[in-house]
Amino acid sequence: MQRSGLLMKLHLLLLSVFVVTPVMAAMPSTGSPAPDFTLRTNSGINLKLSEHRGEVIMINFWATWCGPCRQEMPELDRLYQKYRKTGFLLLGVSVDDKPEAARAMAQQLKVSFPVLFDDRKQASRLYDVDAMPSTLLVDRHGVVRFVHRGYRAGVEKQYEEKLRELLRQ
Amino acid sequence: MIKHGMLGVTIVLLCGCASMVPDVKPYEREQLADPIMSFSRDTLSDQHRNHVFDVRESARGATTTEGGGCGCN
Amino acid sequence: MREHSSAMRVTGPRIRIGLLLLQVLSAGYGLTAVEAAVLPEDRSDLMYHYYDGGGVSVSGPAVLVRKSIGDSVSVSGRYYVDTISSASIDVVTTASPYHDRREEMGVGIDYLHGNSLVTMSLTSSKENDYLADTYSINVSHELFDGLTTLSLGFSQGKDTVQRVDTSFEDQVNRYNYRIGLSQVLTRTLLLGLAFEDVAEEGYLNNPYRAARVLGAYLPERYPRARDSQAISTRLIKGFGSAARPLSTSVYVDYRYYRDTWDIRAHTLSLGLQRYLGDRWIMEGRARYYTQNRASFYSDNFPIEMTYMARDKELSTFQDYSLGVKFSWMFAKQRFLFINRASLNLSYDYIFFSYDDFTDPRTGELYSFGANILQFFITAWY
Repeated sequence: MQRSGLLMKLHLLLLSVFVVTPVMAAMPSTGSPAPDFTLRTNSGINLKLSEHRGEVIMINFWATWCGPCRQEMPELDRLYQKYRKTGFLLLGVSVDDKPEAARAMAQQLKVSFPVLFDDRKQASRLYDVDAMPSTLLVDRHGVVRFVHRGYRAGVEKQYEEKLRELLRQ
Repeated sequence: MIKHGMLGVTIVLLCGCASMVPDVKPYEREQLADPIMSFSRDTLSDQHRNHVFDVRESARGATTTEGGGCGCN
Repeated sequence: MREHSSAMRVTGPRIRIGLLLLQVLSAGYGLTAVEAAVLPEDRSDLMYHYYDGGGVSVSGPAVLVRKSIGDSVSVSGRYYVDTISSASIDVVTTASPYHDRREEMGVGIDYLHGNSLVTMSLTSSKENDYLADTYSINVSHELFDGLTTLSLGFSQGKDTVQRVDTSFEDQVNRYNYRIGLSQVLTRTLLLGLAFEDVAEEGYLNNPYRAARVLGAYLPERYPRARDSQAISTRLIKGFGSAARPLSTSVYVDYRYYRDTWDIRAHTLSLGLQRYLGDRWIMEGRARYYTQNRASFYSDNFPIEMTYMARDKELSTFQDYSLGVKFSWMFAKQRFLFINRASLNLSYDYIFFSYDDFTDPRTGELYSFGANILQFFITAWY
C-alpha cells in the first residue's frame, strides 16, 4: 500500500516536470524592452528596429509554409493601411529559408508593409518565437506591450484596440 | 503492476519527448511542413491502396498516423 | 473456445492504455503555450482507380471534398465506387463468376479546440449482398509546441452479410480502438507510432466459399469472434542541400500484426519521394508482406473439424510490391477560387505467392500478379 503511494507520488512529480519544462523558454514578456535587430527588407534596404523609436511597431513573425500566417497577412495589411499615417509601422518578419519565396508570397498577397528576411533566424532566435505566427506590439519607447501567439479570425480586432491605445500614448 | 507500467511509460515519454522539446523551434519547421514529409500526402489515394491490401491480407489496422509535420501547414 | 475468452483478456490492457492516454492528454492541457493545432487543408481529390489480378478486376471513381467553415470547423464528404468483375480462384472452383458494384459514402466533421482536433465520421458501404455502416471518433492533441501529437480513436461498425441466391442473412459487429503518436525528432526527422485493436464478432466467413475435406467441398465454418492487435512505426527523413534544404525524403514503415486466429504478420515498406524541379514529385516504393496461416486453415482437411477455412487470405503467404507515383503541380498561381492544383499517376505491381493454397485446376501452389493504378486530380482552395 505504502509502496504504491510512493510510486504514485514519484509519478506525479515526473508528470509535473513534464508539464512545466517546455514553458520555461519564452518570448519577450510585456513590459520588457524589445530586442534590437537589423534585417534586410523586400525593398532592398537594411532596417534596424531601434532606428524606429517614436513609432508604434508591430512585429509579425510569419512564413510562406504557415497557413494561418497567410490567412492573417491581408488583415494585417488592412491595419497597416489604416494607421500608417499616424505613426504605425508594421514589420513582417519572414522566417523562410529562402527570401525569394517570402518576396513572391508577399507580392501574391499584395501586402504593402515592409517584409523582412530572417532567413538566418537571428531575430527569431532573439525573440525565441515559440508559435507561428507570432505578433508583438512595441510602443514608442521600444517596450513590448502586447504578445500574441498563433492566429484566429477576429484577433485583428484585439490588435487594433491595443494599437489605438498605444498610438494615443 | 499497473502503476509500475504507467511509471515506466511516463519515464519513456519524459526521456523521449522532453529532451526533444528545445530542438526544433516553430520557425525551424519549414522542411517538416513540406508535403513530402507528411505521413500521408494524398489521403484518398492512400485509403484506396490500403483498401486493396486490406481485403487481400489478414493484417489490418494501424495504417494511419495523425499529426506530424509542423502543426502549421 | 479461445477466441471468445481472448476478447475478455484484452480488455485489461485496453483500459490501461486508455487511462494512460487520458493522463497524458490532461497533462497536455496544463501547458500554458497556446499555439494551436490546425484544421486539415481545404482540398478536393477526384480519382479513377483500377485493380486487376487473379481473375478479379475492380475499378471506379472516387471523390473526396473537404472545406473549412470558419476557423474551427472543417467538413468532408467522400464517395467511392468499386465496379467488380470476379472470376477469381475461389469462384472458378466452386461458384460462378459474378459482377457486383460497391458504393461507399462517408461524411466527416473536424472540430478544432485549442491544441485538440476532434474528428467524427460516418461511413456507409453497400453491395447487393453486403452492407456496412461505421461511425468513428478521433481526438488528436498537440503537445510541446506541436512537436508531439497524440491521438485516440474509436470506431464501431455493423455489417450485414447476405447471399444473393438464398435468404441467408447474418451480422458482424466490429470495434476498433486506436492510439497514435507522432513526434518531431529533428528539423528533418519524424517518427510515427500507431496501435490498433480490432474486435469482431458475428458471421466472419464468406458465405459463398467452401472448405475442402479429403477433396470434397463443404461450406466454410469460422469462429464467430476475432480479435487483433497491430502496432506500426514509421520514420520519415528529409535530405537536401544548402541551395535546396529539402529535395528528397525517405520513409520506412514496419507493422506487426497478430490475432486470435493465430495469424502473425509482418509488413515492411520503404519509399523515396523526390522533387524534380519545382513542379514534379516522383515517388518510388517497395513493400513486403508475410503471414502464417490461421489455426483452422487447411488446403485439404484430413477430417471434418469444428472450424474449417480454405480462404487464401487465411493461408501462409507472402506478397511483394513495387510502385511509382508522379505528381505534377500544373497550377501554382491562384485561378478563380483555386490556389493550386496537381495531376497524379500512381502504379503498383504486387506479386502474391501462397505456401499452402493449391490451384485445384493444376494441383500446383497458387500465385498471381496484380496491378493497382490510380489517376487523380487534386485542387487546393
